[in-house]
Amino acid sequence: MSATRRIRFTLNGRSVTVEIGTHETLVDVLRSRFALFGARESCGQGLCGCCTVVVDDRAISGCLFLAARVDGARVETIEGLATGERLDPVQEAFIECGAFQCGFCTPGFVLMTKQLLDENPEPSEDEIKHYLSGNLCRCGAYPEIIEAVRVASRKRKSGG
Amino acid sequence: MNATAKAGQVGRSLPRLEGRAKVTGHAEYVHNWQVPGMLHGKIFRSAIAHGRIRHVEVDAARRVSGVHAVFVSDDVRRVIPNPYYGPAFHDQPILAIDKVRHVGEPVAVVLAEDPHIAEEAARLIVAEYDELPAVTDEVEAMTSNVIVHDVLKPAGTFPDLKHLEGRKGTNLALDFRLRRGDVRSAFAAAEHVFEHTFRTQPVMHTPLEPFVSAAEPGDGTLTIYTASQSPSFVRIEIARLLGWPENHVRVKTAFLGGGFGAKLYIKLEALVAALALLTRRPVKISLAMDEQFFTITKHPSTFRIKSAVSKDGRVTARECEVWWNGGAYADIGPRVTQKSGFTAAGPYDIENVSIDSYALYTNRPPAGALRGFGIPQLVWAYESHTDMIARALGIDPIDFRRRNFLRDGRPQATGTVMQDAATGKVLDRLVERIGWGRPFDRGQGNLKRGRGIAIGFKASIAPTTSVAIVNLYADGSCALYCSTVDMGQGSDTAMAQIAAEVLDIPAETVRVVHPDTDVTPYDMATLGSRSTFHMGNAVKRAAEDARAKVDALKAELDLPPGSNIPLPELFRRKYGMQAGNIIGIGSFIPSYASPDHDTGLTPNATPFWMVGGTGAEVEVDTETGHVRVMRLINVADLGTPINLRIVETQLSGGAIMQLGFTMQERMEFAEGQLLNPNLADYKIPGMRDLPARIENEAVAAEQRNGPFGAKGVGETATFGVSPAIANAIDDAVGVRLTELPLTPEAVYRALTKAGR
Repeated sequence: MSATRRIRFTLNGRSVTVEIGTHETLVDVLRSRFALFGARESCGQGLCGCCTVVVDDRAISGCLFLAARVDGARVETIEGLATGERLDPVQEAFIECGAFQCGFCTPGFVLMTKQLLDENPEPSEDEIKHYLSGNLCRCGAYPEIIEAVRVASRKRKSGG
Repeated sequence: MNATAKAGQVGRSLPRLEGRAKVTGHAEYVHNWQVPGMLHGKIFRSAIAHGRIRHVEVDAARRVSGVHAVFVSDDVRRVIPNPYYGPAFHDQPILAIDKVRHVGEPVAVVLAEDPHIAEEAARLIVAEYDELPAVTDEVEAMTSNVIVHDVLKPAGTFPDLKHLEGRKGTNLALDFRLRRGDVRSAFAAAEHVFEHTFRTQPVMHTPLEPFVSAAEPGDGTLTIYTASQSPSFVRIEIARLLGWPENHVRVKTAFLGGGFGAKLYIKLEALVAALALLTRRPVKISLAMDEQFFTITKHPSTFRIKSAVSKDGRVTARECEVWWNGGAYADIGPRVTQKSGFTAAGPYDIENVSIDSYALYTNRPPAGALRGFGIPQLVWAYESHTDMIARALGIDPIDFRRRNFLRDGRPQATGTVMQDAATGKVLDRLVERIGWGRPFDRGQGNLKRGRGIAIGFKASIAPTTSVAIVNLYADGSCALYCSTVDMGQGSDTAMAQIAAEVLDIPAETVRVVHPDTDVTPYDMATLGSRSTFHMGNAVKRAAEDARAKVDALKAELDLPPGSNIPLPELFRRKYGMQAGNIIGIGSFIPSYASPDHDTGLTPNATPFWMVGGTGAEVEVDTETGHVRVMRLINVADLGTPINLRIVETQLSGGAIMQLGFTMQERMEFAEGQLLNPNLADYKIPGMRDLPARIENEAVAAEQRNGPFGAKGVGETATFGVSPAIANAIDDAVGVRLTELPLTPEAVYRALTKAGR
């Protein structure tokens, strides 16, 4: 368990280098080395989406993803989504629609919604439900999340 | 107290104040808390349901490189000599002593700087037990020879548990009884008698932020950071365990990643306190998802309900016997047994009522509060029973309810006269929305459609206290100090709106200070949908007190009371510079009268009633038993909403959670083992499990003693979901399910049995 390795990757647009244990997950490293807490371990099985991180443009489950694998990759977390004070349209839509309660699952839903709209700018309700079926919200904010995806889609279309 | 909102702050559908922090990942959770030198704890748990501990072998774990320490109960007793805790009974040891009483009970703990090392080392611990027979069923526990606790140890907090002190040879942790009228004669004279038994299954809250607590030792002090719904209780209980004054224990919380009743009273706090004192280092324990299933659950229940009905369809008597499976440690189960127990006959005007509600110890993981505090289990039974009676008598189920409804001004089973309970309005709106009298597509082929409704009610918890402080700074800005925990219900926003309404300032400008027992004043807990009413009233009074002090300052400065000189100028005139504070304090404790021990009767059972109803349309596939919920309508009386948008999300979210408990969730036990403690095998509702349509409505109502007419809402939409769906299934295919969850297998078996 004590093997370590130095890795280098791009984190939210900045190049970083860090010494990691080979057993550490990406969520461990984001929390302990970079004080980034938006990706959170919850179910520990890659089923709830709370630990979502985007690696080379693909959403992954950060609690199962060994940190060693991001060597040389581009890593984006929820903390990198807003541009300065300006929120991403998806984040704005989640606030406007009240698409969260406790907020623990929210970063995962926001990142998955952004990826969905990048692939499919005007998804149907069924497509939304299908795409987001890997994210769980115990507060049951699903109807508001579906609405937020629609609002975000419109915002993106009209340029923000 | 029933002043209506004039400043326009109460009644606004303001987005949650913390929205930006939550969508950017910056919201503060205890999950995030870390300090240099911190140790992580991993718990080693019992693999059996009941047994005497012969030996716990920890040497191999101690030898793992990177392990700081391994502790068992003897170590805990070095810093806490009597390490038993609990809100109702002092029955739960911090780590198991002599015996284990449920699968997953904490036996030992490993500490390491790297949580992965602690986890690896915990796997090397071996415990040897003399296994004992286990009792797992709540009804069997009444008469079983297997006794979970040798002696009962009530905590002394609740007067109705005192008579159980020192009792031996029983698993009964409370026998609440209510007797009203003459039940025996009414049954003897009845035209019809109906009796049914209903059961509910073990389920778990599943907050996505699993339990997490940390403790940091100081010089004769201790600071606890914990994802808790009850910071004030944690402080009092930890101070009691340590024999310290309350002011040596500081408890802080942050936003909670869900609570739902799980994170109440003491969970990990006593353990991290002991570990911090043993090691003199900060210690944090974050449970993994599977460990939550061993920490707290929802009471499984068995409910035998029997009704006498007259020729004209009036219920003349009802007999209720409810067994609550409390698991191995009482937690708050005895309160569930009593507080919910006295409403077991339902929102009906029944002259003769007998209720027996039993809290039972078993060898299952402990059960406690879960969004409704026992009410969903009761409504499941009495609203299924009500429909079954109506159908058997050929009376329309809505009409049958109307004939028997408990209306304002009439006494409930306890004798407390109903006030501000809009039961009739809730039913009217459900009937209207679902279109009860209008034609309905009953489906075709193997897809049959049906609809059903159900209504439940709940008494708020009493007696409980809330205290709040409003602090006006010299620049005119405002901070609100209150120990209500925002776990997603939107309390920060609602409390800010109440303070802002009184002070006539924008709610967005109010800074809500999160619970910190060294800073924020006492609050009983964030539970039972009590905060809007109790803390809301305290916040309103604190803001009124601050406003009165502003007026007093104006008088002191020889200004007329109506003077519109801005607050910062008042401070400058008083102190000669930007300095000083105006501090308003408010506290609230509603009136209450304890029920009589022998009859359960009281003239004042609760400060307010919550009413929630659900209408469901379902489609049943008779070939597979699969049930599709086409439409779920949730209607509630929550008084006058402080923030309608947030209220609607509470209704919707509560109903979706209860939908999980109704259709799919069940902790599966076999041979004493829990088979599915993970989200792969224990499925909570996801996007795909939503009803095709979900509608929510707050009826026009006013809670006259509530802040600006408001009362609680967090639990209301859970009440009617399960029976509404079971009633709709019966309506669709003519079979009746009496046990939750309503899985396709259960529906299919019932169809087969009925020959359909």
